[in-house]
Amino acid sequence: MSDAATPEVVAPEAPATLYGVLLSHSRGQRVLHPTREQYVATVRALLADTFVMCADLTAVDYLTFPGRTLPDGIVAERFELVVNLLSIERRERIRVRVQVPEADPSIATLFDMYPGTEAMEREVYDMFGITFTDHPDLTRILMPEDWEGHPLRKDYDQGRIPVQFSTDFAAKDVAK
Amino acid sequence: MGIVGDIQDDGFGGIPHNAITAKLEDLVTWARSRSSWPASFGLACCAIEMMATGGAHYDISRFGMEVFRASPRQADIMIVAGRVSQKMAPVLRQVYDQMMEPKWVISMGVCASSGGMFNNYAIVQGVDQIVPVDVYAPGCPPTPETLIHAIETLHQKIEDGELLKRRQATGAGANLHVTEIPRGAEPVPVILGSR
Amino acid sequence: MTIEPDVHDIVATIREGNEAEQGLKPRSELTARELLREVGAVLRMSEAEAAKLGDLPVDPSEDQTMIINMGPQHPSTHGVLRLMLELQGETVLRCKPIIGYLHTGMEKTGENLTYMQGGTNVTRMDYLSPLNNELVFSMATEQLLGITDEIPERAVWMRMLLSELNRMSSHLLFMATNGMDLGAVGMMIYGWREREQVLRFFQKVTGLRMNHNFIRPGGVAADLPAGWRDDVLHLLEMIPPRLEEYDILMTGQPIWRDRLQGVGVITQEEAMALGATGPILRSTGIAWDLRRDQPYLHYDQMEFDVIVGSYGDAFDRYAIRLNEIRESIRIVHQILDAMPSGDYRIQNKKVTPPPRARIDESMEALIHHFKIFTEGFKVPEGEVYVAIESPRGEIGCYIASDGSATPYRMHVRAPSFVNIQCLPHMMRGGLVADAVAVISSVDPVLGEVDR
Repeated sequence: MSDAATPEVVAPEAPATLYGVLLSHSRGQRVLHPTREQYVATVRALLADTFVMCADLTAVDYLTFPGRTLPDGIVAERFELVVNLLSIERRERIRVRVQVPEADPSIATLFDMYPGTEAMEREVYDMFGITFTDHPDLTRILMPEDWEGHPLRKDYDQGRIPVQFSTDFAAKDVAK
Repeated sequence: MGIVGDIQDDGFGGIPHNAITAKLEDLVTWARSRSSWPASFGLACCAIEMMATGGAHYDISRFGMEVFRASPRQADIMIVAGRVSQKMAPVLRQVYDQMMEPKWVISMGVCASSGGMFNNYAIVQGVDQIVPVDVYAPGCPPTPETLIHAIETLHQKIEDGELLKRRQATGAGANLHVTEIPRGAEPVPVILGSR
Repeated sequence: MTIEPDVHDIVATIREGNEAEQGLKPRSELTARELLREVGAVLRMSEAEAAKLGDLPVDPSEDQTMIINMGPQHPSTHGVLRLMLELQGETVLRCKPIIGYLHTGMEKTGENLTYMQGGTNVTRMDYLSPLNNELVFSMATEQLLGITDEIPERAVWMRMLLSELNRMSSHLLFMATNGMDLGAVGMMIYGWREREQVLRFFQKVTGLRMNHNFIRPGGVAADLPAGWRDDVLHLLEMIPPRLEEYDILMTGQPIWRDRLQGVGVITQEEAMALGATGPILRSTGIAWDLRRDQPYLHYDQMEFDVIVGSYGDAFDRYAIRLNEIRESIRIVHQILDAMPSGDYRIQNKKVTPPPRARIDESMEALIHHFKIFTEGFKVPEGEVYVAIESPRGEIGCYIASDGSATPYRMHVRAPSFVNIQCLPHMMRGGLVADAVAVISSVDPVLGEVDR
């Protein structure tokens, strides 16, 4: 992706930051890593800086891959919230990744800034169990209301029914 | 009311046959098979192929079926076209229950017939777990030719009167027998893309 | 954003079962603050301004409103969407879309399929433009692999050709269903007639009419068959006069205009705030098309116009899609001229299986083929988000890889999932009969909404 507006390059020893949070690059795309406390302020700063559209809000459960690469200083947690923002004016994208701990899977909502995240946050709640404080309607959106469990978590089974083959034709009861 | 009782017990097959009643039964089944109206239950990709079947090129209007009735009360065949999710299953059953007898079900596509490629928590593994199915049409999605073949198979069975007789006898769909295949010592699950 | 409602009130009300799970509580039972939040949050206005606009003329003598349910099984051909509408007479006050009736667990399934099989899964999300789904998934995989620049030219141009033809077939289906929903029942037949021609071409090239799994990481699955140019030219000659027919039947026709103009209006701020993309965003006047603004493949070398509306109503969206078919025809003409010869997939042993003839001759080729199709190729660790312009808007694919042969997390940002959030704002103050027109103009595909 284009980094037409390159961030201020700080001294080589210090890690790169943008809007006060750690910045990294992933396959040429810019990624910010705020903590949960910095999250809302960072997004507000991005909103003020022409990133007016929230393209996508999703989450990842890193239960079975805790050793992923993260910039120094970021504590890896079980869940990671991923927000992709889009600036129409500058034709740029930026990604925000926030670590959300398993013990307290909740984070602030972006509904006030981007009302389009209402459905996306509901999906994250439904699929991962991450709650969003102050979300206007935090209910299940894809699964039935009384479903138990959060399907996209890694400890939730896919639910395959194994196919049972039998070539023992004599034993099979074939109805004529 | 002997004749009425016979019909109620056994359908048209129960009437003591003579030339007139046999012709009457044939007439009724002939009419039923040629004017069966589908209830639109288009869910996913198969619905698009079902609509293509209704289009000008494949034209199920030749078979009297171009009127997709939105109201299940007015429909004869329910073509379940697409994957049925856990949330949709009660709706499916409700629509099926609202249809008036005689009614038939075509399970269109592999997702409706068996869960298809989605062997997971979210999809009902075959709508025959919910409604009795008369004809299964395989394909992902079945081309309109396959669907027409399935419809014609069903029409043939309607015309023979077989299905209604059997349903009365067994209470199920087209001779649905679920047999348990005895497991070996250890069932070997087939998993796609194993690591 | 200056509305600061008493958050605790609202949260408490919601938690105490304000909305019976998927239900809708009549507005008489909601506090004014909650309604303002609904309206003001989107419009980003001050509370005073929102208060002026937030109230629809409600007959004071008639205090009762009616909540009705539309769907999930209903004759409008857009799939299993359920709408709860609160009506005052015929006027729609509020609308709540309830989805999930087609939830297939595709993202979970995708975690167990290799990257070559992933296309079969992703292609069934937006089943009206399956090649676009496959394209975005393949592009994301290639970006993780780092081979984006090494895809052969012919493969890139083939991808563009198929993507544009898919845009045409999807918009033709929109013409058909939009026409039928609004009463021009003959449009269903006409639109499908044209679409069949395009699908016939797809069948010739990919083997299937729908859900092709043809665009795969590394290129495409097979080369174009002999005689493809004639087929494409036949399409390009046949469709424009038919589009003129649609213009006669619909665009200039007074009934059509009355039914669509001024219906389902959405403003620029609303559309951007809700994340709407595609024809919805362009109908409000914002000229945002990823093919031109963040070009992928070789769209930067193509000459085409981005169609933009000015009123943000349903008629604009209809006209935009009709003209996008014409623009796609223009692009396909250019692709026809520019199609190079060459490989149709990257010749990288890690990613591409060997040609089938070699499997008979060489043991290594056989093993190589076996490994790619059973185990799959491994993709280096990382995460990436790639977005392209599908007929419905921005479709994006976010893949997080842990270095193994299957994606660790595969998420597709579906345009219809986000566009459906526009429905309540488009329907407010309209009539029930316009609800169908509005849904049709948003053109949602429930397969990608629910995934």
